[in-house]
Amino acid sequence: MLPVFKKTKELEAKIDEFLDVIMEASLEFRQGLKYYLEENFEEFSKRAELVDKLEGKADTLRREIENKLYSEMLLPEARGDVLALLENSDDVLNIIADTIMGFKMEMPQIPDFVDRYLYDLVIESTASVEEMVTTVRSYFKNITAVRDHITKIMFHEKESDRVGNRIKMDIFKSKDMDLAHKIHVSTFVEKLLLIADKAEDVGDRISIYVMKRLA
Amino acid sequence: MVWFYLLSGIFLGWSLGANDAANVFGTAVATKMVKFRTAAIIASLFVIIGAVISGAGAAHTLGKLGAVNALGGSFTVALAAAITVAWMTKLGLPVSTTQAIVGAIVGWDLFSGALIDTGALTKIVSTWVLNPILTGFFAFVLYKASMFLLKHVKVHLLELDMYTRIGLILIGAFGAYSLGANNIANVMGVFVTANPFKDLNLFDILHLSGTQILFFIGGVAIAVGIFTYSYKVMKTVGKSIFKLSPISALIVVLAESLVLFIFASESLMKLLISLHLPPIPLVPVSSSQAVVGGVIGIGIAKGGGRAINFGTLAKIVWGWVLTPISAGIMSFFALFFMQNVFQQRVYVPVRYAITRPCASKLKALNLWQPQLKSVKDTIFDNARDFKYTLILKLKINKKLVNKIVNYAEIYPLKIDSTKITELDEKWFGKNRILALKKLNGSVFIHKWQLVDTLSAISNEWKFRPDTPQNRLYNRALKKRYDKLFTTFKVPYDSVKDFLVKVL
Repeated sequence: MLPVFKKTKELEAKIDEFLDVIMEASLEFRQGLKYYLEENFEEFSKRAELVDKLEGKADTLRREIENKLYSEMLLPEARGDVLALLENSDDVLNIIADTIMGFKMEMPQIPDFVDRYLYDLVIESTASVEEMVTTVRSYFKNITAVRDHITKIMFHEKESDRVGNRIKMDIFKSKDMDLAHKIHVSTFVEKLLLIADKAEDVGDRISIYVMKRLA
Repeated sequence: MVWFYLLSGIFLGWSLGANDAANVFGTAVATKMVKFRTAAIIASLFVIIGAVISGAGAAHTLGKLGAVNALGGSFTVALAAAITVAWMTKLGLPVSTTQAIVGAIVGWDLFSGALIDTGALTKIVSTWVLNPILTGFFAFVLYKASMFLLKHVKVHLLELDMYTRIGLILIGAFGAYSLGANNIANVMGVFVTANPFKDLNLFDILHLSGTQILFFIGGVAIAVGIFTYSYKVMKTVGKSIFKLSPISALIVVLAESLVLFIFASESLMKLLISLHLPPIPLVPVSSSQAVVGGVIGIGIAKGGGRAINFGTLAKIVWGWVLTPISAGIMSFFALFFMQNVFQQRVYVPVRYAITRPCASKLKALNLWQPQLKSVKDTIFDNARDFKYTLILKLKINKKLVNKIVNYAEIYPLKIDSTKITELDEKWFGKNRILALKKLNGSVFIHKWQLVDTLSAISNEWKFRPDTPQNRLYNRALKKRYDKLFTTFKVPYDSVKDFLVKVL
């Protein structure tokens, strides 16, 4: 294989690996929170550490990709967009890692009446992250599919907002919880909502980058 | 002295390299898709190859417009063009070497009293208009096709980037080749008739004609221009006029290269003739104007008619008019100074006379006019005087005049056996050389006399009827006749006495 082809293939593989890490972290996050809500804290703890490790790995990969893009002067037109895309996707992963570590350190007490809805919220916000990863992949490989994936991100983000608002309302209506407890649980709901929000931001950016590329 | 005379052509070549290489590699270098060193090496190499291999076609058309037949004249014409280009660039006006050199040649025609081939001039000027339109059309079609492909073929962004880089280099090489093939005529075309170089045969492997050596020198001058000055121009051009994405830039360069190639390729012309299609004239065109056409083409493909910048269009049209006129005036006065102040020969007079053989030929062709009797013993010093006498004094029909002028041109030829041995027998063919040997020692006053005599003794020297099938054969034969004319030409003074006898 010609060196130029080899270099390109290597970088492509690195970008794919970076996105795989985000996807894996999102799945582990979902599974971890499932164990948390089931009060299986040992398994939860393992998953939380795994997510934390994946976050570190993603950082390393992102830096390597950025260095390669700059040092080999690749993608002169789209380089800025690609870098922003990688950094914003990495931000989503950072929030995921922050959230699960928050659960591990603060151990918020989730009242039973919120349990089911909170897991729904986790599913919706991680679904938006997974769609975000697919959108980023499409931006690189199959630009025509981007639109469909962005629509899905928006759907999951809206769903997570709906579920999140419902949870917050239920919490603050509750007479069995004191205010400190309510605010504590609500902070975690906010964090879960932020994951979907940030994933949606990435989708919005991509839709502009696509327009730029096809213009 | 020869090298001194060539200096103006070399200067023109240098400025062409400095300016026009940016039209091929400007965006690639400005967007850092291709390193300047890589671009410069590729551009230089392919410009030289294009000039040497395919430069003859467009140069031939320029030669038809005005065969500058003295080195001093070639020097002055090229210098006038170069000064016009430099001066107009300084004024910030759009300028093209092509238009400058055409103006300068017309200036020489006017000064030397040579005939201006209006057919060739019309052909040249119409290609100037056609050039940006054709490039725009190509860019439009290529852009639409590439956008369709990009949407439907799943290529990774990084791979696309890699293919674009490879494309920019390959198409850049093709562009440089086409630029060399098409624009070498601007740089060295005026030196072709007065070419001081002889054919060169390197160990029977590489055969270079005198013209090719001339074009090689021009190509090297362009290459020096690319290495020494084009980086600056590429940086400016790449970012100002040319603010396009790498893919759009690739398309513009491809469209531009195709157009330059079309207007320079003899092989393509032969192919069209063999397919019975009308051949495309081989004419030097401006690469800068092609680029503007290409950018407009992409603009239209993206957003319809809004993309047309009428200011830019007006500038191009202004360039078509202003550049040749300025260069023509500059050339005329420069020739005057060169001849009268510096005492240099700027043209070899081409004389005209109704000799006895000419009169018989005209009679045989039913072109004879009784009024011609009155000028039978006159030798005219240039085509203009002869033509005006025929039209104004003798009141001969304008349509006939051009034909009569053709037959009356004095072009003394003497067939010499030592010169026959120098001819390339492979290229001419054995029988043709044999026929030529039979004419050893003969003297001819007109070109057509040699053609008639050779046709009479050998079928292989005969032109075939002008049908599409025979066009290629006749073109090839004409090239061989042209070679005979330059080989056996003798100075006018050496046949003066002989001429008086046939008057």
